[in-house]
Formats: sequence, C-alpha cells, structure tokens
Amino acid sequence: MATKIFKHIQTSVVPLPIENIDTDQIIPARFLKATTREGFGNNLFRDWRFDENDNPKEDFVLNHPTFSGKVLVAGKNFGCGSSREHAAWAIADYGFDAVVSSFFADIFKGNALNNGLLPVQVSDDFLKKIFDAVYADHKAEIEIDLEKQLIIISATGEQESFEINPYKKACLINGYDDIDYILSKKELIQQFENSAL
Amino acid sequence: MGQTLFDKIWDAHVVSSNEGFPDILYIDTHFIHEVTSPQAFDGLRNRGLPVFRPKQTVATADHNVPTIDQHLPIKEELSRYQVDMLTKNCKEFGIELYGLGHPFQGIVHVIGPELGITRPGGTYVCGDSHTSTHGAFGAIAFGIGTSQVEQVMATQCLLQSRPKRMKIEVNGKLHKGVGAKDIILYIISQISAAGGTGYAVEYAGHTIRSLSMEGRMTICNMSIEMGARCGLIAPDETTIEYVKGREFAPKGEEWDKAVAYWKTLYSDADAQFDEVLSFKAEDIEPMITYGTNPGMGIGVTQHVPETASFEAKEQGSYKKALEYMGLHDDEQLLGKPIDYVFIGSCTNSRIEDLRQVAEFVKGKHKADNVTVWVVPGSKQVQEQAIREGLDKIFDAAGFPLREPGCSACLGMNEDKIPAGKYCVSTSNRNFEGRQGPNSRTFLASPLTAAASAITGKVTDIRTFLKEEELVS
Repeated sequence: MATKIFKHIQTSVVPLPIENIDTDQIIPARFLKATTREGFGNNLFRDWRFDENDNPKEDFVLNHPTFSGKVLVAGKNFGCGSSREHAAWAIADYGFDAVVSSFFADIFKGNALNNGLLPVQVSDDFLKKIFDAVYADHKAEIEIDLEKQLIIISATGEQESFEINPYKKACLINGYDDIDYILSKKELIQQFENSAL
Repeated sequence: MGQTLFDKIWDAHVVSSNEGFPDILYIDTHFIHEVTSPQAFDGLRNRGLPVFRPKQTVATADHNVPTIDQHLPIKEELSRYQVDMLTKNCKEFGIELYGLGHPFQGIVHVIGPELGITRPGGTYVCGDSHTSTHGAFGAIAFGIGTSQVEQVMATQCLLQSRPKRMKIEVNGKLHKGVGAKDIILYIISQISAAGGTGYAVEYAGHTIRSLSMEGRMTICNMSIEMGARCGLIAPDETTIEYVKGREFAPKGEEWDKAVAYWKTLYSDADAQFDEVLSFKAEDIEPMITYGTNPGMGIGVTQHVPETASFEAKEQGSYKKALEYMGLHDDEQLLGKPIDYVFIGSCTNSRIEDLRQVAEFVKGKHKADNVTVWVVPGSKQVQEQAIREGLDKIFDAAGFPLREPGCSACLGMNEDKIPAGKYCVSTSNRNFEGRQGPNSRTFLASPLTAAASAITGKVTDIRTFLKEEELVS
C-alpha cells in the first residue's frame, strides 16, 4: 500500500493553542472500536467539539465559521499518550494534510508519517508567530515546502526550516511504504534469524 | 568506550543498518490485542501476505473485555465484534490467542512477563504505548502504531531510528508508604509529560535495584507518560528469579545459556548517556495527580500550584486543566471527597499490588460514598488472588474482585467513571475523558487508592501507617 504523497501546500490554518494535547482528546477510546481505517474524522476531538447531546460547541475552533484550512497548528507536545494510530487517521480523515507544533510525541510523529500526514516541528517563537498571524487575520496562509523543508508565513514572508528523517521525506514525496522496503531485505532477515536465534 | 544496556540489546537485533535509513530492527515477540490489530490484518490481506513469524506473535483480548460475567457473550455489540474479529484473524493467520476463557488471558503487559515470554535482552513491541512495561526485564520494548503492527506482522522487523539514551538514577531509602508508583509519578512531575521524549530511559540506582519485578514493571510502564520511547532496567538476580520456572521460560541447558547471556546485560561503567538525571528517594512523598496529564502531580500533602507560577503561554492550558478537574489554585487535595477507586490497569494489577491492597484493607471497610473496583491484570492473577484468599478480604472490605482486563483505565468496556465524578485510580493516565467522558482522575499508588477508599476522601497513607504502628 503506497503512502499518500506530500510535497507542497499553501493553505489557511486551524489554530489550537493548547499544550500536551493527548491522543485521547484527538480520538477518545470509545471510538476505537471500528475495524477499518475510515471515518474517524467524524469523531476528531469529539469531546471538545460536541456536547453530550452531540450539538457542536460553538467556542471550539473546528466549529468556528472563520477558521479553516488544511493544516492544524497546535501547542507543544502534541500527540502524547496512547499509541493509537486512529489519532493520525482521524486528523487526516478530517482533511488535514499537516500538523504544526513546537514539539511532537514520538509515536504520534511516526504514526502521522506512516499516513501521509506531515508533522512539522517549529520553534516556540515561530509557533507564536503563526498564532499571531492567524489571530490577526483568520484567513492568513502558511506554506509548507517539504522538498526544501521550509515553512513560511505567507503574509509576512517569515520562514523557518524544519527537520525530517531523509528516508521518511523520500517516502512522503514518492509515496513509498516501509513494508516494501523491509521486504526487499527479506534475505537479510532470514540470515539474521539463522545466525542469531 | 563502553556501551549502554540499550545499545547492547539494540545492536544484537539490527538486521540491516544503512546510512540515511532507519535501522531494520528484529523483533523477538510481537504482542497483539483486539484494538490496534484489525486494520493491520486487513493490510496483510490486501497485500496477499501471511504473518511472517506467527509463532513469535502472541495475542490476547484485553481492552474491550467485560470484568464481570466473562463466560457470557460480550453485551456491547462493537466490543464483541472487535474481539470476535481478533479470534477470526488469529485463526486465519495461525496465531495463538489467549482470548476470553483461556487460562492465560489478561492485559497484554501482564501476561507477557507472567508467562515467561518477556525476558532479558529481548525486543518486544505491541500496538499499545504501555509496551514499555516489558523493559523492566532489561529488554527493549515499546509501543507502535497500527501501520507498524502490520510491518511487524509482515516482516518480524521494524524500521526504527535509534533513540537517544537517558539514565535516571534514584538512590536512597524510600519513606514508609512510598512505592514504585510514587517514584515514577514523582519523576514525571519533575521532568514533565514531555521530559523523556526522544529517549530510551534506563532506570538505575539503589532504590530502583531494591524494587521487586512488579515495582520495576510499574516504573517502566509509565515511561511513556514522560514521552520516553521505552524504559529499561538492567537484569539482576531479582529478574532471573522472577523468570525462572515460568510457563515459557527457557529450561535446562537453554536456561543456563540464557542466564549466562543475561549476566552480560548492563551498561558498562564508562558508557555515555545523552542525559543523566538523579533523584533522591527521601524527597518522594506518596504522590497524587491533580491535572489532566501525568506530569501534573504533587505530594499528597502539597497544594495545587498557582496559575501565576507558570509561564504566560502555559497558563491557558493550565487553567483549562484545573477547570476540567473542578479544582482551583492552591487547593489541597488531601481530604477531598471522592466517588470511585479503581485498582487495576497494566500499571498496578499484578499479584503484588493486590496483596499489598488486601493486607492494608483487611479488617477495614470502604466508605459509603465510594464505589471500588479491583480488576486483576490476568486470569492467572485472579486465580492466584482467590487461592490466597484475597478475594474474601476484598469482599469483606467492599472491594469486589472482578475479572481481568484493561477496564476503567480507558473505559472501552462498560467500566466507565461517570461525568463529573472523582476517581482515585492506580492506572497511568488522567487525560480528559480517559476513564469516561468528563470523568476526573487522580492517579495514585495502590496504597493511596486503598486508603482513600476506606476514608472516602483523598488520604495520606502514612496517617494509617502511624496508627497501625501504634497498635502493633
């Protein structure tokens, strides 16, 4: 199965300036009972987005009429907690292509990359600049160029480079898949088993 | 230069290492459960691939299982479907399943160690972040996402970049009433829920060495709560004694060979860590969390911090957490009335936890305002507790012993804490809604949880210890 291809986007953003957003918030446990990868977007941030009667909470940003876009911008330590990949599926299924934060939890970062959802880690300063830009103008756009590893605030031209593992970058740009790569080394695995086990 | 324990194990499992690529790491045992595996099995079917090493894959049902009447069909339709799906998938792909009704069934991180599947020097993964538990044996063990579950099923390997290495030392003598859970809650409160991100953490020092295997598992279990990739503790006589004679532990010559190898598993004296932290056991009180991540913890007699003590950009998140918990600045949790006590989860549902709680509650009774759930980590723990008569002590105290599963740790089964209610929980996470929508969780040790159940409010276990010492 090929990974979704990611190269470059320019988009307005959805700001969520909360720190330590854990995967139980992104997709609560009671929605993990599905056995396919589809449809998790409906329950993205379920308990922040809807009240107990399933009415949208007006003050939550996903329900805000003027914020929209393909990138979620969140406070530091995004995606901590459970390893549930359903969190990455929910964010991608909702329609986001990337998440920007000043710090990501390891497992979430890996899960996102395996699903064509780009985690862009920026400095605390740059994160603040994005929030400032989007609160000044709700339609403010950012640009993410994966090939150049650059994130740019379109209105001000301010930019910052971001890190990504070169292998994972190639996977995203070309739609490669880890399993294909490992299976191409199957002989080495068998050699390892013969010598080590 | 010497090597760290982590590097010794990692290097022994690298199948292929190519510049610019993550390493291909060989996985000795892959644990699977019903929640994070169905999409991975589908992936294999779509690719037309078998499970590469089904005999190195161990399956159990834990997250969705009820904790009463396990002999009856699961009532909740989606839970039943997910558990049935695991049964069907395991059958189709030739994987041994310790499902409901099997004498080995239980929480995946409890059964691996108790069956002797988890051993020093091994590599273990599971689609569950608390896989870090198995590191207590001196092994590399970490949680993975479902795409990686599929990867391990397809290849018995995982593409992984080597994390940085951190050593956390704890030395000194613990106060009475302070245990492994307090140690780890204390460490996380000191370094934050992100303090270990990017690291494999080796716990060392005399205090850690003095812990039982159960205590060490509690410590490693919560490594993920500081963001660490995994936690591990060098194996020693305590480890070897624990593994010896267990169902799948090596026997005879194999055992001697294994033990000889395990004795080489330690960080060399001159091994370099990327970060070293030290804590004093004497500084640790019985701990309790007040907030909505496991880093928001305090000594049980301390007060909730003031919002103004945080940096301006953190204050919004902090206020949100206190509002969710129904707490205010400078509030003392001690004496706060509670509604539920949950003793269980992969952190604290082992026989030692149950014995400790039973010993404390013997001859006491829970307060009327509190509902108590004691959920063993596995069928074997449940049966052992019954053999030892712990169930009778629990019954008399109003602490009914239920059947094994993940239960109210995350409430994927019926065991949910109602909205607005306070629960003192021995589990690992206090996230918003973790134990049920709008539930409020105080994380604590089994002893603190048990004492709080008796008084009906957040309690300092040491007050009981003083009284009991006076009596005796």
